[in-house]
This record gives sequence, C-alpha cells and structure tokens, in this order.
Amino acid sequence: MKQTKTFYFVPYSIWLLLFVVAPLMLILYQSFFDIQGNFTFANYATYFQSGTYLTMTFNSIFYAFLITLFTLLISYPTAYLLVRTKHKQLWLLLIILPTWINLLLKAYAFIGIFSMNGTVNDFLSFTGIGRQQILFTDMSFLLVASYIEIPFMILPIYNALEEMNPSYLKASNDLGANSWETFRRVIFPLSLNGVKSGVQAVFIPSLSLFMLTRLIGGNRVITLGTAIEQHFLVTENWGMGSTIGVILIIAMFLMMLVTGEKKKKGAVHKK
Amino acid sequence: MKRLVTLAAIILAACGVLYYSSNKLDQAQGITGENTLNLYNWGDYIDPELITKFEEETGYVVSYETFDSNEAMYTKISQGGTAYDLAVPSEYMIERMIEEDMLIELDHSKIEGMEHLDPDLLDMAFDPGNQYSMPYFWGTLGIVYNIKFIEEGSIEHWDDLWKPEFQDNLMLIDGAREVIGLSLNSLGYSVNSKNDAELAEAAEKLDTLTPNVKAVVADEIKMYMIQEESSIAVTFSGEVADMMWENEDLQYVIPPEGSNLWFDNFVIPKTAQNTEAAYAFISFMLDPENAAQNAEYVGYSTPNLSALDIMPAEITEDEQFYPSKDTMEHLEVYENLGQEYIGIYNDYFLKFKMHRN
Repeated sequence: MKQTKTFYFVPYSIWLLLFVVAPLMLILYQSFFDIQGNFTFANYATYFQSGTYLTMTFNSIFYAFLITLFTLLISYPTAYLLVRTKHKQLWLLLIILPTWINLLLKAYAFIGIFSMNGTVNDFLSFTGIGRQQILFTDMSFLLVASYIEIPFMILPIYNALEEMNPSYLKASNDLGANSWETFRRVIFPLSLNGVKSGVQAVFIPSLSLFMLTRLIGGNRVITLGTAIEQHFLVTENWGMGSTIGVILIIAMFLMMLVTGEKKKKGAVHKK
Repeated sequence: MKRLVTLAAIILAACGVLYYSSNKLDQAQGITGENTLNLYNWGDYIDPELITKFEEETGYVVSYETFDSNEAMYTKISQGGTAYDLAVPSEYMIERMIEEDMLIELDHSKIEGMEHLDPDLLDMAFDPGNQYSMPYFWGTLGIVYNIKFIEEGSIEHWDDLWKPEFQDNLMLIDGAREVIGLSLNSLGYSVNSKNDAELAEAAEKLDTLTPNVKAVVADEIKMYMIQEESSIAVTFSGEVADMMWENEDLQYVIPPEGSNLWFDNFVIPKTAQNTEAAYAFISFMLDPENAAQNAEYVGYSTPNLSALDIMPAEITEDEQFYPSKDTMEHLEVYENLGQEYIGIYNDYFLKFKMHRN
C-alpha cells in the first residue's frame, strides 16, 4: 500500500525537481560567477555596496507593499459583501473574468484610458479640472497593478469567509456581542488565513512586476524586475542578474514565513 | 468524469483537425523544406508584395518569421534548433555574431546587384569588406518633435533637450547606448567612448535631464508621438518615418554635432539550410526597382543608389532621412564595446532611470 502511494508521487516529484528545484539551484549557482566565468562573491558585494540596487530593492518592496495594501483595503469589504449577496456565482464570475484576459492587453487598455487624450482626461477637461498627466506616474502604476492583482486577493478571503460556520456567528450573537464585536473577535480572526494567502498571492508577484513599470510607469518606476531583465538580455551579466534573483527569492521566502499558516501543530494535537 | 473525458476528447479532436488542415495548407502552398526560404526579419520590415513577387519569380516559398530585438534574435539563433536562411540584425549584433563564428562568409559572386550599393555605406568597421553582411536599410538616431507645440527650428542640437521649457515633455528610447550616447555627443565625445572620465561626465549631465523626461519607453514612442501624448522624443529615423505618415506635424532632426548611424544588414547564419535561396533573395532585394518599392513601403533609408534615382525626389532629397554629407561625417556606428563596457553603460543607464529630479 505504502509503495503505491510513493509511486503516485513520482510524476509530481520529477516535475518539482526539473522545474522548481533545478532552476532555483541554477540561479544560485550562476550568482557566484562574474562575467568572465570566475567563481566569486563579488556580485553579492556589488549588490550590497551599490546605492542603486539597494534603493531599487527598497522601491520594489515599498511598491509591492502599497499594492498589497490597496488591494486588501478594497478586497476585504468586497469579499465580505460577496458572501452575503444573492447571485454569488455571478458576482464571482465577474470578478474572475478579467483574469482571463492577457495582462499585456489590459496594460494597453489602460494606456488608452490614461493617456492625454484618453477617457479619464476627457472627463477631467469636461468637468473643468483640465487635463492632467496620469500615465507614467506612481499613482497610475499602483492603480493598474492593484487592478490586476485584486481577484487574487478577493478569492482567498471570500473562501475563508464562505467556509466559516454560521453557528459561530449565532453563538457570538447569543452571548451578547454586537455586530462590530462579532466582526472583530470572530469573523476577522477566522478569515485571517484567507487574508494571509491573499497577501502572499499579491505581494510576491508584485515584487517583480517589470512589464507594467515600463508600459504604465514609463520606466519612471524601477523595480528589481527591470534590473534582472537588463542583466539577462542586454548586458548578459547573468551572474548579477541571478544575484538579484536570489535576493528576490529570499525576500519571497521571508514573506511566506511571516504569513505562513501555523496551523500544523494544532492539527496534530486534534488527532 | 464522463463529461471530463468528453471534453478532453473534443479538445484533442479540434487540435487534430487544426493540425491536419494547417499541414494540408502548407503542402498546398508548397512549403516542404527543400524550396523554402526561412526569413527572419524585424516585424513589418518588408513590403509583403515583394515576398509574393519573389515567390512568383523564383519558385521559392518564403516562410517569414519576425523578431523585435537583436538580442531576442541572437538568443534564438545561438541556441540552435532553428534553420533561418537569412536574418537581418543590426550592425553591433553582426559584429558580435562574426566574432562568435555564427555567420557564413558571403560568396559575393553569387550576389547580383552589389554595384548598386552606396560605397560610403559599405566596408564599415563592423564588417570590413562586407564579408558577412549586405546592407538592407540604414538610418540615424535623432530628435522628433511636434511643431504644433514646439516652434519649428527651436530644436537643432542635443543640448536643446535640456531646455527648461520642455519640462516633462520628452520621451527617450529605452536603450543604454542611445541615451548615454546622446549625452556623450552633446559633450562632443564619441558614442563609443571607453573613457571612464567622459562616461562619468556624460552620466552626470544626463541626470540633469530628468525633469524633462516624461518616460523611457520602447516601441510605444511611435504611438505616443502620433497621438500627441508627448511633444518631443529621441528615437530612430525609421520609427519616425512611420510616425510621419500618421501625423504630419512631426519634424525630425539629426543633431549635426554627431549621432548614431545604424545598419540593418542581411546575414546568413551558419544554421542555414538553403543558402541558394538566401543568395537569391539578397540579389532580388538589391534590384533597384524592388529596393525602391521596399524603401517607399518601409520608409527607412535605402543604401541602394540606383534605387534612389528612381524614387521620388520628395523622398530622396529629404534631409531628415538622407542627411547632408556634412552631417553624415559626424555620424558614428556603434562599435561592440565588449562586455565590461556594455555593463558600465547599462549601469549608468539604470542609475539615470532611477534618478528622480
């Protein structure tokens, strides 16, 4: 019995090995070589001594933080309402629908909307405020990035709220809690796991959004993804590119650790 | 479960039908490999009518694939598994491909029409004696601006980009060589400078350009200039030719103190399967009539002197695209700087992009 179980695991472990573990190892390996192919720690030294890279790292993390914050602020109330609406499936479908469209197309659509002669500016000039530079600003970048990431935040929170046993709410009510207290002490703590997965699903990809930084940010917003792309495609300094890659991976692991579920111990005890 | 199986079967059946019919279509068009020319070119960089004409005249079938950057093309060819018979890289990439022994030495006796080419545009440093490449188009890097918003003639030199009245108006092409190069040129240095002091000075000067820079973008410049999102941009002459078709208020200037002269040349990669077809195509495109037709379609500057004779004077006398001898003398072709200096240029460029007022 046990043997068949391990057998079933073979295809997936091969997959993991080839497409997850091996590339990670390769990136780590590459990061220890300079342009001439000598083994060195210089890439890491360069990274930590360069104001440019450190600022860029700060920018990446800060922008990812803001994107996560904005999506969370919008998604939590949305998910909360969604659980309580009638045609849930329809609303869910409408939220998921945009993710079926290619990212590039959405970015181009926003260029049209935000440009000098775009819809937003037409409206602004109609209302007398006058045309504003919207494209290529921090705000437009954050807005588009948040727009793209929102479904990935709503869904886990929605699932967490949906799975919640309604009897908890009744119990809370019976014990004299008003609706705010119920939310603060029962609903929110129970939905925290959904929030955590949502934060992971949004923060981690946001760290390395590089196409949007060019298309919407006009390269006025520079994140680590831009530097990685440049090192792999233009300067062919794969060592430095990999070093930045390793730093990003470490940042992601840290994020996973902080937001990771600590349920396992409890699960063991239950048995 | 049953529905899943049905669904899978439907998808597989659809794939099968599509695969079969595409195969059938290929056969019907005569694409069998033997008589095919695999052409690897930039997007929208040839008059499609000429491909049809070539197919009719020679019986070869052209399979046309496109790339959008030299680097992408290089990666695809160097990794093997491709059989492109003809590619059209830019000069710095040709130099590198020669160094890395990726190109077949051209047999000039198999090429007809070389005598039509402008001798001033042959025998450049990146490929002495044109042993590996034949010019297809050439052009410059310059400034395009919209005379609706900016007085005609107020931009003539690179230094004019720094004028405070252009605040937040300028779009730059997303390339380290181009942007660092324009700063080097404005200081009177060479775009191929390997002098650290000159580079540092150029980078420092560039940082002061930041308040005027609206965005650093790539191909989108074309769209933005047409839609008047921005009134000034630094970009390649070829892109400008396309813009001018859509927006008549655009003017192009090549700063006379110096700029970049670039080439896109035909080369035959070592992986080529059908060199005969490749030679036939090069000769076909060198024919003055075809070259003229192509130059009118693409809008870039043709190196074919005989083609210039039959093209409308309106085009060939336009100094925006066929600059005066005097300006030509100050133009420089990008040399391969070597990996170390490519790295330095790009680091400065990255720093410039990060710079905020």
